[in-house]
Formats: sequence, C-alpha cells, structure tokens
Amino acid sequence: MKLTDKLFLIRFNTDKISHIKIIDPQVCLQNEDRTCTRICPTHVYHWDEEEKRISVGYEGCVECGTCRIGCPHGNIDWHYPRGGFGVYWKNG
Amino acid sequence: MENFDVIVVGGGPAGLSAAISAVRAGMKTVVIERGDYPGTKNVMGGILYTNATNMIVPEFWKEAPLERPIIEQRFAMLSGDQAFMAGFRDPAWEAEPYNAHSVLRVPFDRWLAQQTEKAGAMIITETLVEDLLYKDDQVIGVRTGRAQGDLEAKVVILAEGVNNFLAVKAKLANPLKTETVAVTVKEIIALPKETIEDRFCLEKGQGATIELYGDATAGMMGVGFIYTNRESISLGVGALLEPLIRQHWTPNDLIENLKSKPYVKRLLQGGETKEYLAHLIPEGGYNYVPKLYRQGVMVVGDTAMLLNSLHREGSNLAMISGKIAGEVAAESIQKGDTSEKAMAVYDTRLRDSFVLKDLYHYRHMGKFFENNPHILTVYPQVLSQAARMYLTADGTPKKQRQKEIMKMVFENRSKIGLIRDIKNAWRALL
Repeated sequence: MKLTDKLFLIRFNTDKISHIKIIDPQVCLQNEDRTCTRICPTHVYHWDEEEKRISVGYEGCVECGTCRIGCPHGNIDWHYPRGGFGVYWKNG
Repeated sequence: MENFDVIVVGGGPAGLSAAISAVRAGMKTVVIERGDYPGTKNVMGGILYTNATNMIVPEFWKEAPLERPIIEQRFAMLSGDQAFMAGFRDPAWEAEPYNAHSVLRVPFDRWLAQQTEKAGAMIITETLVEDLLYKDDQVIGVRTGRAQGDLEAKVVILAEGVNNFLAVKAKLANPLKTETVAVTVKEIIALPKETIEDRFCLEKGQGATIELYGDATAGMMGVGFIYTNRESISLGVGALLEPLIRQHWTPNDLIENLKSKPYVKRLLQGGETKEYLAHLIPEGGYNYVPKLYRQGVMVVGDTAMLLNSLHREGSNLAMISGKIAGEVAAESIQKGDTSEKAMAVYDTRLRDSFVLKDLYHYRHMGKFFENNPHILTVYPQVLSQAARMYLTADGTPKKQRQKEIMKMVFENRSKIGLIRDIKNAWRALL
C-alpha cells in the first residue's frame, strides 16, 4: 500500500493558519541532508527543486512531533495546531 | 477569571487519572484538552493494564470499550525470512482479574473522560494551553489559546504527552533528543473476528500480542508489534529516532518492511488498512526522568518520561503517576500548602511505587543497547541459524551438529565477546 493511499484514510479539521514554520530557509539550501523529508511519517516536507526550498504541507501533519526533534539544525518551528484543529483520529 | 483547585493539562490516561483522583478528594478540577474530546489526539500501540486501570475506575472492564483480553504474548526474533519464536499462553487471563486488554484509544479515552466528568470534574475541549501563569515562583494557573483564556488554580498537573512544551519551559522536563524518543507508526487493519481467532488460535473474544525484534526494525533499537482487536489488528513498528535518521529509513518504509515479512504477511492477508497513525514514544528511561514537581505544579505520564519500553508498559505508569499526583494535589490544597516541599511528596510516592522502581531497575538498558548495537543484529541471525541447524534432519549425527553450531556461534561472536555481552545484558536487564 502506498503512503499517499494511507494518508487519504486520516481525518483532519484543517486550520487556515500553518502551525509549522521553517525558521531559516537558507539552512535547508546549504545542507543537503534534509532529514525532515524522510523522517516525517506522513511526508509533510518535501524539497521543491524549482523554488529551492522545503515545501511544508502542514495540512497533512498528524502532530507526532518527530520533525522538530529530528531536524539536525533545529530549523523547524513546530507547535500544536490551535485547539480543535488538526488530526482527528478515528481509532487511536 | 474562573478559579479551580486543580487544572490538568491534557486528557490522556495520565491527565484523566489525575483529575479523577483529585475530584474524588473533593477538589474543584478541570481538564483542558486540545482535541474535540479526549481521545481524538491520542495514540498508543494498544495495551491497557488491568491492575493500574482498576485503581482509577474499579471494575472498569464491565463497561469500558475494550477490544480483547490478552491471553497470549508471543515474541519473535526476525532474521531475513526466518523467525525464532517464544511465547506464553494462559487462558485464565481471559477472565477476572485479567492482566491486560487491547484497546483503541479514541473510544477508550472518551469513555475514561466520561467517567472523569461523572466523578465531577469539568472538561474543556478544543483548547490549547500555551503557557503557565506564575506569581513569583509559584505556578498559579494556565494561559489558553482562547480570548480571556486565563484560568487560575492552586495546583497545575502537566499531562501534555510526549511533546513536553510546557514542562520544558517550566524546567520540569528535558528537551527531547533523537536518542530519547522513538517514532512509531501503526496501521489499523480490519479483519473479520473469526479470521483473527483462527489465525491466532484464539477462542471467541480472546486476544493475543506479538512483539517482534531483530529485522522487524531492521536491527535498530525498537520493536514491531501485532495486537489483536475485536475486528482489526493493530500492527506497528517503532525505532529510536537516532538510528532511523542515520540509516536513512522513513517510518512508512519501516512498517512496509515489517508487513512484507513472511511471518507477518500471512497474519494480515486480506485485511484492509483503515487508518495510518504516528506517535512519538519517550524512551529516555530513568536517567532522563526530569525533576517532577515545583511549587504548585507536577508532571505525569509521557511528559515525565515514565515509560518502560522493555515491558511495553506506558499507560499503566501514566495512570499511576496521574493518580498519585492528583492525590498529592488534593492533600496539599487541603493543608493549605502547595509549596515545593509539599509537592515533593509526589516524587517520594512515585519512587515507592513500581513506576520509578521499574525505571530505576532498567536504568542501564538504554546505554547497553546504544553501546552494543550488535545485540539486535548479530544475535537474531545467530539464533535463527542455530535453530535451523539444530532442526534440520540431513543425516548429520547430532553430536557433530552441536559442535558445528558452537563453531558457528563463535565465528559470529568471540568467546570473550559472548561472555562480555552476557555480563552486560545481566547488568542491564536483571
């Protein structure tokens, strides 16, 4: 089963405001490891080659917090979404 | 501004248990939860322990939404396509007093929250706590994300989960590191109940668990698991973040790797994935348990690193820590003393309980696996190879075969290395 198909199974109440911010986009440009693009279980982060930046699909974030700890440069400002927004598990 | 005796931040097992014990002691108690009700944001592998839960809600099994009582625990060491298994079954675990049940946290936590409300606590949902309020050094309440959202209390209990934002800010938790958390992903795979019972050799309603090691996590520090629910299987795998990053794994590749193993594949065959979940697990152990209290505040559950990964116990440590914190809050408020010294009783009682005793007992375990990564790579392979040699009937006399096995073992691990591993394992685990 492909990850994209799994992601369709998750229920969200998406906020209009992102709860994730890349602190300094320059850091992602200079470091090619881009750990966030691998370790996020729902693939919220991907490297946009044209724009030369990490694109953040915060709408698909399941709020595990892995990216914040895993980014070796501490370059992800990740917080919980506002109350009532974000992932709504069905089973948990 | 509304005033409470006790504010609990977070509606998981730790927070709800804290609220239940505080409100039962006569405290005006509120739980603040960021989801639309307690449960929606909550994930675990799925095992709930009877003894601890019974202390929060006596005879909970008569009403709570549980999946299956666990009567068999199996352990499998995977090496490539091979599996070395061990296990224990006791059908007596199917009935009172039970040992453990599989659960799904969305319905279970919702039910526990209803019990909390019935006991008299208030639950405020869809509200994120953004900060603690202080008067000098004393915590006097919380600031929420709502307009005019400040709430005051005599004691605040932090049960915000593994992502310990508030606790770190209050210097009551250490910032998480890639060496102290595991990322775990899980799928809920629907199967008819008869199919589950047939595949796991269970009588109607009984449940089983399998923990998988070795190649289940590609040799990384972590564990795979399969838990039977009523009409689904919880299949998951978690690994410490540090090796996962270093070895360039993605969490989804890791769970797909586990699902592709012959031993696992057949158990899931024909099942339909209903949900894909992810969660962090605090794996720091005793050495990373923070200072647990300050004037007017205590930390409980995952926020306080209270998790015993070897025994996959977490919910019970969370509930007991919550219960004790709720009681200590009530006693201190009744005495009119919520000073740091009064809160220290929580620490003392937690140390007297299995919670910190168990974590202390395994305090060397993290370092042991960190310093000896071969334990999770070499030994599964040696074990599989030895079993295969021992069980293959190819005309080799058994005496000669046993010699060959010993030779193979020592080729993979020197005698000195073996003795050292046993000595270190003894120290870390016994």
